[in-house]
Amino acid sequence: MSQLSSELPAFPMAKAKGCPLDPPPEYARLRADRPVAKARLWDGKEVWLITGYDEIRSIFTDPRISVDNTQPGYPWLSEQARTVVLTGGVKPVGRMDPPEHTAMRRMLGQGFLVKKIQNMRGDVEALVNGLIDDILAGPRPADLVTALGMPVPSTALGWVLGVPPADKRLISLVPRLFDEDSGLEGAMEARAELFAYIDELITHRESEPGDDIISHLVGYYQKGELSRNSVLTQAVTLIAAALDTTRSMITNGILALLQHPEQAAALIEDPDLVPAAVEELLRYTVVTEFSSKRVAAEDIEIAGETIKAGDGIICLISAGNRDEKVFTDPDTLDVRRDARQHLGFGAGIHTCIGKQLARMELEVVYGTLFRRIPGLRLAVPFDQLVFRNTFDVQGVRELPVTW
Amino acid sequence: MAIARVHLDASKCVTSGQCVLTAPEVFDQREEDGVGMVLTDTPAPELLDRVREAAAGCPAAAIRLLHQPSARVAGG
Repeated sequence: MSQLSSELPAFPMAKAKGCPLDPPPEYARLRADRPVAKARLWDGKEVWLITGYDEIRSIFTDPRISVDNTQPGYPWLSEQARTVVLTGGVKPVGRMDPPEHTAMRRMLGQGFLVKKIQNMRGDVEALVNGLIDDILAGPRPADLVTALGMPVPSTALGWVLGVPPADKRLISLVPRLFDEDSGLEGAMEARAELFAYIDELITHRESEPGDDIISHLVGYYQKGELSRNSVLTQAVTLIAAALDTTRSMITNGILALLQHPEQAAALIEDPDLVPAAVEELLRYTVVTEFSSKRVAAEDIEIAGETIKAGDGIICLISAGNRDEKVFTDPDTLDVRRDARQHLGFGAGIHTCIGKQLARMELEVVYGTLFRRIPGLRLAVPFDQLVFRNTFDVQGVRELPVTW
Repeated sequence: MAIARVHLDASKCVTSGQCVLTAPEVFDQREEDGVGMVLTDTPAPELLDRVREAAAGCPAAAIRLLHQPSARVAGG
């Protein structure tokens, strides 16, 4: 059965009133009726929406599917996004196909070694405990976006990237880069500052290399395997991809636990549940809804449909993460379930490069916060929270809590 | 009796470290680029479930568990 183009649904789809962090209700209907379906974008172009878990995994792992956003069929969600993202002309790792992609992942691999991330755990615990000391010593209510969501990922990423510990410029750039208040002009200014700042770090590491990502990339540049411009682009991409998402995941996860106090209580009672809770919160509260965009490099048959070479595809991971074929009672948050197969970090070769670091930060934050402040609660009613969806990362603008 | 052999195709690896997290007794990463490597290609039977999990969870589908018949002893 084919869809008539005149009746294609418009994308993006509306969320249910009062549920700003839940997937739009239409996703569940699509997943049941047509897990691979066409929709229409703002510019009139058609796009394939993938809402079934198995179908999303299949797209993510199919070598005939490309991530190249310079292809004409690549689905953009606004003219502004196309302009901002394509500025500069050097491909970030997430937009490379193999074999270019495989080579780039290796140049970045040393900075994300599992052992290296595991060795950072004590430092992240000390960081989080210090921030919680400050919260407890400060006024109530406290805003957890400013007090935890921003400093944890920007400090930890700074360590991995090789930002000198005393240098707080990266932390101060984050809100200006990602907040709606900055406007396009403010964000572009902050972006230019970020590029200039990373450029300075690269120059510093050219003469004084350390054991960090920028130094490793500089090493490949000095061997002639990478352009200096690519070093800059990859480092900036890691910052852009890591900071806003982790900040939102930290605070969205805390918010979900505050709304389900029995789940937070289970974590306090049994700290061994924390790793499973992290996976479940990654399944339940997806922070980037439209980031998994692809374009077909060849015709493929999937779920009874033919995606033609050149067609744009959006994998809706928040829909896949609520697929009842894979997760029993998917709309219920249950920190005791085994949610490890969730799609929160993507799947296939483009799986999030920083996911082990993000997992560790989330484990430390969720595990420490509720244990140290067991009476933690929202300081305002849920419907008074202000939500944002900037550059496709959704979260709260402020998370006022008291105890 | 069949012997299970672990094979990791380094040319496909995208350095996610999934295998090391799942079965650290069997997998490690090269220090210089994070590419996965097999520490023991014939792991103890009690580790095989986790090796299968690592193979299924590998984002690059680079890990396989091959079953090979054990070498025949002459006259046996």
